[in-house]
Amino acid sequence: MQPLLEVENLTVRFRIMGLVRQLLVATSRPWVEAVASVSFNLAPASTLALVGESGSGKTTLGRALIGLVQPSGGRVRFEGADLPDRSAVAWKRWRRQMAMMFQDPVGSLSPRLTVRALIAEPLAIHGAGPQDLGAEARRLLGLVGLPADIGGRFPHELSGGQARRVGVARALSLNPRLVIADEPTAGLDVSVQGEVLNLMSRLQQELGLAYLLITHNLAMVRHVSDRLAVMYLGRLVETGPTDEIFIRPAHPYTHALLAAQPQPDPDRRRLTVELTGEVPSLRNRPPACEFHTRCPFAQPICREEAPELRDIGPERKARCHFPLASG
Amino acid sequence: MSERSSAILEVKDLSVAYATPRGAVRALAHVDLTVPRGEIVGIVGESGCGKTTLISAVLRLLPGNAAVTGGSILFNGREVLAMNDAELRRLRGGGIAMVFQDPMTALNPVLSIGRLMTDVQFREQRSTPEKQVAAIAMLRRVGIPDAESRLDDYPHQFSGGMRQRIAIAMALLTNPSLLIADEPTTALDVTMEAQIIHLLRALRRDFAGSILFISHNLGLIAELCDRVAVMYAGEVVESGPVGALFHNPGHPYTQALLRCDPARIERRTAELPTIPGEVPNLLVPPTGCVFADRCPDTIERCRTTVPVPVSLGPDHQARCIRIDNAAAA
Repeated sequence: MQPLLEVENLTVRFRIMGLVRQLLVATSRPWVEAVASVSFNLAPASTLALVGESGSGKTTLGRALIGLVQPSGGRVRFEGADLPDRSAVAWKRWRRQMAMMFQDPVGSLSPRLTVRALIAEPLAIHGAGPQDLGAEARRLLGLVGLPADIGGRFPHELSGGQARRVGVARALSLNPRLVIADEPTAGLDVSVQGEVLNLMSRLQQELGLAYLLITHNLAMVRHVSDRLAVMYLGRLVETGPTDEIFIRPAHPYTHALLAAQPQPDPDRRRLTVELTGEVPSLRNRPPACEFHTRCPFAQPICREEAPELRDIGPERKARCHFPLASG
Repeated sequence: MSERSSAILEVKDLSVAYATPRGAVRALAHVDLTVPRGEIVGIVGESGCGKTTLISAVLRLLPGNAAVTGGSILFNGREVLAMNDAELRRLRGGGIAMVFQDPMTALNPVLSIGRLMTDVQFREQRSTPEKQVAAIAMLRRVGIPDAESRLDDYPHQFSGGMRQRIAIAMALLTNPSLLIADEPTTALDVTMEAQIIHLLRALRRDFAGSILFISHNLGLIAELCDRVAVMYAGEVVESGPVGALFHNPGHPYTQALLRCDPARIERRTAELPTIPGEVPNLLVPPTGCVFADRCPDTIERCRTTVPVPVSLGPDHQARCIRIDNAAAA
């Protein structure tokens, strides 16, 4: 089956100094690499979760895929066709195929528009949908399980869960094939989190959507994603089927992330902290294996040679000289 | 440990209402909460359940439109609600210290860490160099590497996890008998979160202080706390030792909350459990049980009778009339 989305060596660089400064300090790298040569595929109607800590580049990657950030290199193909480089006009037709749900459920909605206007906005911009935008907005509200009378309200009159549903309705208004959801449950209470995720998986089945979930909430990822990609300092360090990674993580970083999850069971308190220290700065990437500064299993070779992201089993890859689980 | 005199904080039957243009909002109703000396007590509940109102009341920092409509707050055996301004300053500056959710906004961005950490010791009879030494020792204790050389740095020069450590160090410098931590790890990544939780646990051991830990994350409560109070719609619906509450939850809300936590679901599920319905509108509080509208086992009497706490074991209580029925049957 042809993948819906093919990402090859995607790189995003942000300049951190001007030309003068660059000449003064005589560096050939006046940038940080927020996303460093990331490659993955996403199958239609499936869910890939991109996980990592803040600053790992997951949001930047999501924004680069949908053309909100200019990639510095690499290739992105959607249904086999290359995505345009920078032209906003050329992007327009792709934006109907891919939609984005932004992080802050209330903050990503204009405070001056009613819910009805917010949902109809993408339709109006693209000149899509039926003549009667009001009726279409009501249909979309119904689709995401909101009562029609909520259409006249403003974002500040909504609860977090309701605002998130409006975000889902907006993302779905143009019938996309792919939805990039950036932290869809952040800031929501656990009971509401479940509602939003159930809604998203119901819509996935009904409409054949593919999701790229960007999140740091591993407990939720386990239940909703088919595949997992773990990012560290802008690079993928492990990819594979979610269930297998949860059972046997291969990269020490994945292992540590899973171990750092609080266990809601007082009898299983962890008395040690596996991962000490902090994520290094993108300006000073550690040499060789970039995780060796925090890795509990680091060997001499880890400080000398950078590991490749290589196959460690069917469908599984890890960027480690000594993967914890193989084959 | 359950003797009355051993408690550092005792909130009894506390009720708080906010005056709003649309009427009085019942923010807290008959809240009981005890923090025994040397223990970590957790408060868990979803947004809007009154966690923040409760700690604001304890510190007497409620906004102007709030009124305490009943109950008492005893800190170290003294009534907080009757304290005058001087006593309140002593309470806030020495008795109770607070660590806030967002470590960036909790630290003054235009003062250096060294200045912040010496200023906070203004009550101590020490010279400035001595205060600096104390500040360095405390920064080391909370795990700031290279503490001496970082006193001149400003908050923005530290990462989120380091800032929260600094906020904790500042709180501990006042030598409080009670530390209130309001969602101290919400703004942090999981690996940082695990480190902060580990730190709080170590500090409790070293300083023998009491901690009131507010969170909506059941996992953190289970990791850290000795006792836990579950709040819903302004009431403490269940409280007890953490083991009893997690293994044998009595109140349907606690049960639902535990069921919803995706971290507790071992097998992958397509349909995650939820709590259907909405929190009650506290402008018109329900006449009976606050959870009746969303409870799967509601009976007619739930809507008319206000449930009183029913004992489920040593120190373990829940406000649910059905428990009484089950025990009687």
